[in-house]
Amino acid sequence: MSRLDNNSNRLNFTPPQRFCQFTSRPTATLLLLLIAASPVTLFSQTPSPPTHTHLPGVSLEHSGTSITDTRIEWPGWDKLADTLLMRQYNTRIVLLGTIMLGIGAGAVGTFMLLRRRALLGDVIGHSALPGIAVAFLCVELIAPGSERSLPVLLLGALVAGLAGVGCTMGISRFSRIKPDAALAIVLSVFFGAGIALFTIIQKLPTGQMAGLQQFIYGQTASMTAADVRLIAGTSLVVVVVLAVFFKEFRLLCFDEEFGRSHGWPTTGLDFVLMALVVSMVIIGLQSVGMLLVVAMLIIPAAAARFWTGRLGPMTLIAATFGGTAAWLGGVVSSLFARFSAGAVIVLVGSLLFTISLTLGTRRGLVPQFLIHLATNRRVGRHDLARTLYELLEPKLHNDPTADPTADPTADPTADPLCRHLLRHSEILSRRSWSSARLGRLIRRAVSDGLLQTVVHGWRFTESGARNARSVARNHRLWETYLVLHADIATSHVDRDADLIEHVLDPELIEQLQLTLASRYPQMDMPPSLHPLDSHT
Amino acid sequence: MSQDTSPVDDTIPDTTAVPGTVADDSEREAQHPSTAPLAIHDMTVAYHRRPVLWDIDYDAIPGQLTAIVGPNGSGKTTLIKAAVDLIPRASGDVQFFGAPYRTMRHRVGYVPQRGSVDWDFPVNALDVVAMGLYRRIGWCRPVSRRYRQQAMEFLERVGMAQYAKRQISQLSGGQQQRVFLARALAQQADLYLMDEPFVGVDAATERAIVTILHELKDAGKTALVVHHDLQTVPEYFDHVLLLNMRLVATGPVSDVFTPENLRATYGGKLALLDQVGHRMTLGQTRS
Repeated sequence: MSRLDNNSNRLNFTPPQRFCQFTSRPTATLLLLLIAASPVTLFSQTPSPPTHTHLPGVSLEHSGTSITDTRIEWPGWDKLADTLLMRQYNTRIVLLGTIMLGIGAGAVGTFMLLRRRALLGDVIGHSALPGIAVAFLCVELIAPGSERSLPVLLLGALVAGLAGVGCTMGISRFSRIKPDAALAIVLSVFFGAGIALFTIIQKLPTGQMAGLQQFIYGQTASMTAADVRLIAGTSLVVVVVLAVFFKEFRLLCFDEEFGRSHGWPTTGLDFVLMALVVSMVIIGLQSVGMLLVVAMLIIPAAAARFWTGRLGPMTLIAATFGGTAAWLGGVVSSLFARFSAGAVIVLVGSLLFTISLTLGTRRGLVPQFLIHLATNRRVGRHDLARTLYELLEPKLHNDPTADPTADPTADPTADPLCRHLLRHSEILSRRSWSSARLGRLIRRAVSDGLLQTVVHGWRFTESGARNARSVARNHRLWETYLVLHADIATSHVDRDADLIEHVLDPELIEQLQLTLASRYPQMDMPPSLHPLDSHT
Repeated sequence: MSQDTSPVDDTIPDTTAVPGTVADDSEREAQHPSTAPLAIHDMTVAYHRRPVLWDIDYDAIPGQLTAIVGPNGSGKTTLIKAAVDLIPRASGDVQFFGAPYRTMRHRVGYVPQRGSVDWDFPVNALDVVAMGLYRRIGWCRPVSRRYRQQAMEFLERVGMAQYAKRQISQLSGGQQQRVFLARALAQQADLYLMDEPFVGVDAATERAIVTILHELKDAGKTALVVHHDLQTVPEYFDHVLLLNMRLVATGPVSDVFTPENLRATYGGKLALLDQVGHRMTLGQTRS
């Protein structure tokens, strides 16, 4: 820990034991709470640092450089390590605030995304702008020239944000205007009003100093300890409320009508959820700005969906992604004065999203493609096995020693399927496969150990023979089932059976066997229902 | 949150409303609508200016399986939703077991249409079934192991135990419907209102649902099922309610499910109806 900073000794990582009463919740939520609780314990041990003044060392207000100055100052390793590990008190304050914001926004954003209200965060952000302006003007009227008071401004933002949400929902509910149009109308009208009011403020003597611009683009570095405490407190409340009402919110988002029919106050729950979103957006305005705050809500949640199929883990992952994006974004923007934190946070978030989109275990593009590939291969393997079995089937009852196609080098005690030679041309005549495709299928079967290469062709291995027998058997069971129970003509059954047989699970096969036991008692292999020598 | 909206505290059964307890008083009292599992009196429902249901008067028969039949847009879903207070009624009165719905929620199981939810939602089959137990679990408490086991039992009842951990989008349409059914069963209600449970399901699910319906009937429960397949009405149901914005006819299938009534319900548009009706009358005369 750096001794350079005289504030660093205030760091105290007492385990937050007072949250232990929540241990009955899933551990995932507990973890969230612990993360959320740590900055609060930090602050509770800390005498209040001076508020309402921009902290020295992190006041990076665009560095005061001119536009033509395009140099990027590269930070040294020391500074990098200091920032990443939050060694300096001031950096720590700013980063912790941003991380808390990311966690809270990611968690609550999950529910917004699933409730199909992804754009509502945007409406809140845009609607907040006139609220901030009005609040500033009110303060100017009552006490001209007083210090900019963040709580007052945020209160204005809160009221206006709620008004924006109310308008959006009201318009789409009580008129014939569709929700997307309602969003667009409310968003632009409120934003327009905000810009108009900002123009007025700019002309006031104190207007230039107000720094209201930061609410549009966001400015993490201007955070004070009091701001961070507000952000941390709000995020903590949001996370706790989400954890406490997790089950209720899940029901609300999944099936609101069912919940209502069970007597859950869905309107009230919806209002609480909305209040959480509004709070997160409002406290996010200062650091990432109204234009980008929606990204903090939605991107982590959308990315999380690629990794899990359950709501609890999804919320946790979204919170982690949100926190990570905020941390990295905050680090970059404090290292490079020219980068706005909001933009970097969103970029890091979208990087996480892109990674999730491609690699996400649940529905990422690459795993999906691999599954698709594996299915294709399995289908090919089944088709080959069944073709080969059907090719050999008529010869099985012959005496292998009398059969001219029998391989004389084969072990006479082996499975009868293994004793016959399989020739390329012979297989090709059964199927409309190209020679190359057959070659591929066979190569794969050889490498899977289902076939072995011998002179002039191939032979089944023991496991290959077993596999072929079971594949052919499933196919015929299914064919028989389709004919018996689905009224499919015998001549069409092979195609339909082909479509479905590759996805049969063992339980279904067992069921099929039971169904068909009466028809084919004592029979190991049902006969094929259609002529086998045709191209199929 | 006020006490009377809390889903946990209205689980105390209202014994005065149990069918049969008042039956001793007099014949007239026993037939009074207030004892019926569902008594709709003079109900009218309208969306904006367009009326959807007119003057519906209907008493559900206890312990019977009733099909609600009618053409598209005839208000079948609206009937159910308006009964359980999901859609405001323009006029009229609905009582469940002699009391308003809000005090009888625990005795009414509602199975919404399968298409009414987003099946891509990140929950598994067990999570969905457990939702039927949320009222019993109560506010803010997590779904504990005990309730998960209970939910599992209901999944087993619909033959879906092996799919408990599957994300719901990976289930087939029929399996999704069975999950919905299990969720309603988990409520252990006395009256079930099912909206199109047979739509888009496979033969196995159809059989499973029919089995469940008969089990419910054997247990003395009542079910009202919105049904679209006229062919199977006589096979699956005891009573039928023919609906086309107004109540066309209601009663035992053998009395009410006639070509005349069906034509009155469907406006004689479908040639198929005549065939179905014809077969019905033939079947009746034969038996």
